[in-house]
Amino acid sequence: MSTVTFKIWRSGEDGKDGKLVEYQTEASEGMVVLDVVHKIQATQANDLACRWNCKAGKCGSCSAEINGKPSLMCMTRLDMIPIDKPVTIEPMRAFPPLRDLVTDVSWNFRVKKKIKQFKPRPPDAPDGTWRMQQEDIDRVQEFRKCIECFLCQDVCHVLRDHNKHDEFIGPRYLVYTAALEMHPLDTEDRIPELKKAQGIGYCNITKCCTTVCPEHITITDNAIIPLKERVVDEFYDPLGWLWKIIRPKG
Amino acid sequence: MAINYETFEYDVLVIGAGGAGLRAAIEASSAGVTVGLVCKSLLGKAHTVMAEGGMAAAMGNVDDRDSWKVHFADTMRGGQYVNNWRMAELHAKEAPARVQELEAWGAVFDRTKEGKISQRNFGGHRYPRLAHVGDRTGLEMIRTLQDHGIHQGITVHMEWTIVRLLKDGNRVVGAFGYDRERGRFKVFKAKAVVIASGGLGRAFKITSNSWEGTGDGHSLAYHAGAELLDMEFVQFHPTGMIWPPSVQGILVTESVRGEGGVLRNKDGKRFMFDDIPDNYKNQTSTDPEEGWRYTQNDKNARRPPELLTRDHVARCINREVKAGRGSPHGGVFLDISWIKEKISNAPEHIKKKLPSMYHQFMQLANLDITKEPMEVGPTTHYAMGGVRVNGETQMSSVPGLFAAGECAAGLHGANRLGGNSLSDLLVFGKRAGEFAAKFAKENPHVQIDEAQVEAAAQEALAPFEHGASTGGSAEGPYQVQHELQNMMQELVGIVRTEGEMKQALERLGTLRDRAAKAAVYGHREYNPGWHTALDLKHLLTISEAIAMSALDRQESRGGHFREDFPDKSAEAAKVNSVVWKAEDGSMKLRREPIPPLPEELKQIIEEMSK
Ligand SMILES: Cc1cc2nc3c(=O)[nH]c(=O)nc-3n(C[C@H](O)[C@H](O)[C@H](O)COP(=O)(O)OP(=O)(O)OC[C@H]3O[C@@H](n4cnc5c(N)ncnc54)[C@H](O)[C@@H]3O)c2cc1C
Ligand code: SF4
Ligand code: SF4
Ligand code: FES
Repeated sequence: MSTVTFKIWRSGEDGKDGKLVEYQTEASEGMVVLDVVHKIQATQANDLACRWNCKAGKCGSCSAEINGKPSLMCMTRLDMIPIDKPVTIEPMRAFPPLRDLVTDVSWNFRVKKKIKQFKPRPPDAPDGTWRMQQEDIDRVQEFRKCIECFLCQDVCHVLRDHNKHDEFIGPRYLVYTAALEMHPLDTEDRIPELKKAQGIGYCNITKCCTTVCPEHITITDNAIIPLKERVVDEFYDPLGWLWKIIRPKG
Repeated sequence: MAINYETFEYDVLVIGAGGAGLRAAIEASSAGVTVGLVCKSLLGKAHTVMAEGGMAAAMGNVDDRDSWKVHFADTMRGGQYVNNWRMAELHAKEAPARVQELEAWGAVFDRTKEGKISQRNFGGHRYPRLAHVGDRTGLEMIRTLQDHGIHQGITVHMEWTIVRLLKDGNRVVGAFGYDRERGRFKVFKAKAVVIASGGLGRAFKITSNSWEGTGDGHSLAYHAGAELLDMEFVQFHPTGMIWPPSVQGILVTESVRGEGGVLRNKDGKRFMFDDIPDNYKNQTSTDPEEGWRYTQNDKNARRPPELLTRDHVARCINREVKAGRGSPHGGVFLDISWIKEKISNAPEHIKKKLPSMYHQFMQLANLDITKEPMEVGPTTHYAMGGVRVNGETQMSSVPGLFAAGECAAGLHGANRLGGNSLSDLLVFGKRAGEFAAKFAKENPHVQIDEAQVEAAAQEALAPFEHGASTGGSAEGPYQVQHELQNMMQELVGIVRTEGEMKQALERLGTLRDRAAKAAVYGHREYNPGWHTALDLKHLLTISEAIAMSALDRQESRGGHFREDFPDKSAEAAKVNSVVWKAEDGSMKLRREPIPPLPEELKQIIEEMSK
């Protein structure tokens, strides 16, 4: 047991004008940051707002900035961070604050809705089923590990610092689009929107998103760069462009 | 008191956005009715996202001896024959098509060599039957349904909580709730309501369930006049994490054992060989070598005893611990690292097959499962009992009120087989959506009673009034909640006796009084103290139903184990427990005879047990 000091972001009366409030509590072996927040909530601040569900890094609810780093509170053990000085916990800064550690992430859900949905080719077998080899889906499965924690969106400077929410869908939805585009059964084409409305060009491959992803998805190398290549192929390569017209995908 | 609220109108209102709720909403909306979907968390975060091992469907992709008949017989045997056999039959028949449908909607399951959907072994399933994606099948399922559902014209209300159903005479016509963000009241007017609210593990101290699992749907339905069935059957999953303390209860998937993991006590002994129940004797191996071959898909091998049903494995672990043969932190060892003796690239193999388990132990317990055994113990996991429904339509005893998924009862009997829940969500979620839409079309006229709305609002605001009138001296909701969870864990947990359950029922009375006075301070905006106070009513209701049903069942069967009645009873085998709310507000219980099995299903069971 040792005493830890947490500085947690608390909203003001109307949900705005927040400040860091200091709490002290006892910590025991194996505790994660979310445990501490819960303990403070149960004993010192019943109305402290935070999101969580699984407590095992599976649902992507408990995203916050711990000592300034976008992280899952439930997967950050106290022995992974310095606790000899106060630990700060703040909400994700790329989204509008709602209360305390809770932010308004609804923008993400709206963005997803605008991306064209999965459209499979006709079934391969008479019984209505498809055949795919494991090695052909490994990459898509990597993207589909995404737990929609939005930490990558939070860290991306295009959203966080430049507020391009209306012009750029962010790394999460580039991964989502990549999963659809590289799905062996899919027949839809999402490349034109990627270039225009979805602003893939804003990404300058800083790889910050890949660094924070709790699912270790290699967002930049495996999803964004191949998509950028497709955009280039489709728009700047007349031969490739012609090829696409003669022989559509699928 | 003048109540401010916003009103929404839908043909079908679905409460819950896990697998069952999403599937119901998709089905109802494709039937051409308007659909509203409410959930307590953000979309995609419901419990279903945490499911790991897979979904059971007799597709026969890995072993073509599998068929709906074998799946049906396995489900009935696992449930120890108190299941609703019609549901078990429909489930076994329809699950393959429902899984296939997910693929058409974009799900990417692991494959067999022939490129088909791969299937894995799981406890109580005779053949490899679980379609899966590594050990994150629930994520794949919920994301697929979510991504398909958002293009279906369903209106989603995230982070809203329903606290009461509204009725017109006998019939359910809507619901009352609040949004977490601002704490504003919402009224739904609906021609049919589907409850798909998931489980109730939060009634116990050690559980794999999240904060959402407070049995809301069970309780909402009960207070609206629906019957609850078989509430004594709670599944204690044998393998939850036990160390460090803060992760206690978090699930360790059964797939660890499916992939060859073994259970050992502190002496290194595989204690599961010591106690193999008679009805599983001829399917279970007594030879470690044969058991290993089974996990590697040798069709001629029989399963290792680690893959016996969950209730049994959980009790064996309990026995080892009580006999002083447990691990240092009061559990037993689960070892997958030993397979390095069998295969050369074991660490990579384990990471590929069980990626999230590897991750979970590495990050939360600082333990590498490819090198060391895990420490595990039982954790409250799943409610077999729930809202009593018609097996085909999923309508409860209250007209217009449907239930599907974990909050509905019947399919799993006394014990659910792993993997049968995810398929349950799809099969009966779809049915609930279909029949709710039909009901809505056939019964268009609904009217909301203002007085009920007003009463619900007053009840919801009461905790703030207690806070204001006592000036900070009254007890908060967390205290009551913790005591309830400890009490249920100790007195109505994995091993039960008459004396303890009577005591539990008594203590529930005092806890109810305290909950009614619990005080909350502050504002209505995203205030978890307030939410906890409102959930207490549900927790208390379902705890009473569990204790009352468990007290009445004087035998041991499936998830329900009575130390004072350790055997099965032929009398109790013939009945289900039914709980309902009497006119005077008190809870009543009756035993209801299980309808006799039709001849053809009986024959299937006999054939399969040879
Ligand atoms: C860790 C873990 C692993 C599992 N692994 C497997 C597995 O491998 N295979 C398998 O078959 N099963 C597994 N299960 C069981 C299975 O995941 C659950 O039984 C199933 O997901 C329940 O689905 P559901 O749709 O009924 O409810 P849930 O997914 O629990 O969703 C309930 C929904 O109802 C909403 N809700 C609840 N109350 C209210 C209210 N008052 N107002 C508004 N909304 C409300 C919630 O917000 C949520 O959206 C596992 C369970 C756990 C916990
Ligand atoms: S790599 Fe691109 S998407 Fe990722 S953080 Fe950098 S700019 Fe944003
Ligand atoms: S890609 Fe990674 S960081 Fe981004 S939302 Fe998904 S899981 Fe989170
Ligand atoms: S609570 Fe689910 S990821 Fe942290």
